[in-house]
Amino acid sequence: MLRFIAKRLLFAIPTLLGVLTLVFFLVRIVPGDPALVVLGDQASPEALANLRERLGLNKPLLVQYVDYLGAIAHGDLGRSLTTNRPVMTDMLAVLPNTIELTLASLLIGLVGGVPLGVLAAVRRGGIADWLARIVSLIGLSFPAFVSGVLLLVLFAIQFRWFPVISAPRSGDILERLRALALPAINLGVIMIAYVTRVTRSGMLNALSQDYVRTARAKGVPARLVVWRHALRNVLIPIVTIIGLNLGVLIGNSVLTEIVFSRPGLGKIIVNALNTRDYATLQAMMVVFAFAIVITNVLTDLVYGLVDPRVKTP
Amino acid sequence: MSTVAAPALSVKNLTTEIRSRDQWHQAVRDVSFDIVQRETVALVGESGCGKSLTALSIMALLPPGVGRIVGGRVSADGQLISGIADAEMEKIRGSRIGMVFQEPMTSLNPVLTVGFQIAEPLLYHRDLSRRAALARAVELMDLVRIPSAAQRINDYPHQFSGGMRQRVMIAMALACAPKVLIADEPTTALDVTIQAQVLALLAELQRSAGLAVLLITHNLGVVASVADRVLVMYGGDVVESAAMPDLFQRPTHPYTTALLAAMPRSDRSSETIAPIPGQVPALAEMPVGCRFQSRCPLREVRCVERPPLRPIDAAGTHHVRCWVTGGAP
Repeated sequence: MLRFIAKRLLFAIPTLLGVLTLVFFLVRIVPGDPALVVLGDQASPEALANLRERLGLNKPLLVQYVDYLGAIAHGDLGRSLTTNRPVMTDMLAVLPNTIELTLASLLIGLVGGVPLGVLAAVRRGGIADWLARIVSLIGLSFPAFVSGVLLLVLFAIQFRWFPVISAPRSGDILERLRALALPAINLGVIMIAYVTRVTRSGMLNALSQDYVRTARAKGVPARLVVWRHALRNVLIPIVTIIGLNLGVLIGNSVLTEIVFSRPGLGKIIVNALNTRDYATLQAMMVVFAFAIVITNVLTDLVYGLVDPRVKTP
Repeated sequence: MSTVAAPALSVKNLTTEIRSRDQWHQAVRDVSFDIVQRETVALVGESGCGKSLTALSIMALLPPGVGRIVGGRVSADGQLISGIADAEMEKIRGSRIGMVFQEPMTSLNPVLTVGFQIAEPLLYHRDLSRRAALARAVELMDLVRIPSAAQRINDYPHQFSGGMRQRVMIAMALACAPKVLIADEPTTALDVTIQAQVLALLAELQRSAGLAVLLITHNLGVVASVADRVLVMYGGDVVESAAMPDLFQRPTHPYTTALLAAMPRSDRSSETIAPIPGQVPALAEMPVGCRFQSRCPLREVRCVERPPLRPIDAAGTHHVRCWVTGGAP
């Protein structure tokens, strides 16, 4: 198991290296002098030279590149150009919020999407099928920032069930959950849409398979034929779709965090964009690249759990 | 209580329709047969003749919206099992009638262990605990001669060869000691040597458990080696039914004759193999009357009417559905 994880992480190194390189050069290609951006056009040439010196911008490009890789290898993401605080520290402070949000919406997607997809497939053309179609349409067609605003207007402002600003201030679990609810639902609906669709089509396929007929032929009750024999096989495409969409989810979590004023990676990125904080942006791209690589490794691990034909590590 | 025991499986005038292009067509017509304990009855015919559909009709496993039973009755041990509620039928399947399918590669669930799949019927029909059912599954795997059963119980189907998977299917079908076993082309997907092993195993299990077996096959060689009685089907009709040696000694329906002539045999040169001309017509294009008339060399005017299945011997065990060859004894 550990060897498998180590191997997968090792294989991820070239991918990460590629991303790091791309990010490094992209930031350098962008026209404009970062020092000028930070200090403004009124800055004295001495101050500019000073800052360039401090940021290492006067060194040859290749040296900068090696320094940059070396720093990342040591877990140093650099310092924010606006606050001069280590990006790593700021990032780690809000990372749990983003992880919490992502996991909560993943949970909503599974708990909502799997049963809906199964029922839609079992009773094709029935109420569940109809509901599944509506939910996936909503989930896939509403941009996260639009549905987020709608949720806010309806449930936070009109009904006042949930706070408008979803920044959890107290450690109280209930308070935290209340703050989490709307953003998680906002992202969860997208996840439900994906999961429902893949579950429905997977179940339709599974229910026509020979092994389902075998199960019925040995007298397995209809309910268990569906939930045990067929659904077990559909877990494989479900894991695939979740693995693929975690990236989408992370992207949408940025928008959702902004709409709900929730501290998280998304907030850091948007703040960095507004203040032209290239150092932070560069660091955050690296963080997201790592996040996606890690979710891919996790997805592969889960495959081993749901499909015995995948060589179990 | 009647003095004569009811047959283990009795099928009377079974008629099944399947839907194609929004029209229902009779694909099994008026099929009747009885199977008693320790007896093997073979259903023989080309693909699409209605053999498998007959089996699925007996088990009430026709895909809804595609197949439906429109007439006839099926009973097991004298108890009516056709047209009963799904929940009732679930108690019959796997418990009183076991079924083995053709494709061992796709008929086992790839994500459940072999042991669990064999044990499963015992959980529902015999109320065994999971542990007891799994223990019984090991015994069943031993019974069908899967080597080192105890070690393989947690293996998955993909870790077994085709022949071994078919043994798993047989163990599963026999888990609850049913009185009837329906085997739908159980050896078709297997290598010839494995076929012989699986057939020998089935025959042995039948003897020791006194099973009534309905064997569905297109392979006359298989029929010759294991069947007691044979029903030849064409276009959903039983065209000839006879005791085993009788059919080979005195094939009477033109289709049976043609089928035997088309069979490769070691005692004849390959030049004498006579393929049956033409193809089985699609259900929508079946001729009215005798369904074999479009390919029959003996066709006459009266074949546009459907011939009855009539006995041709004094004992009344050999029946033929043909105006021309199926005259009275």
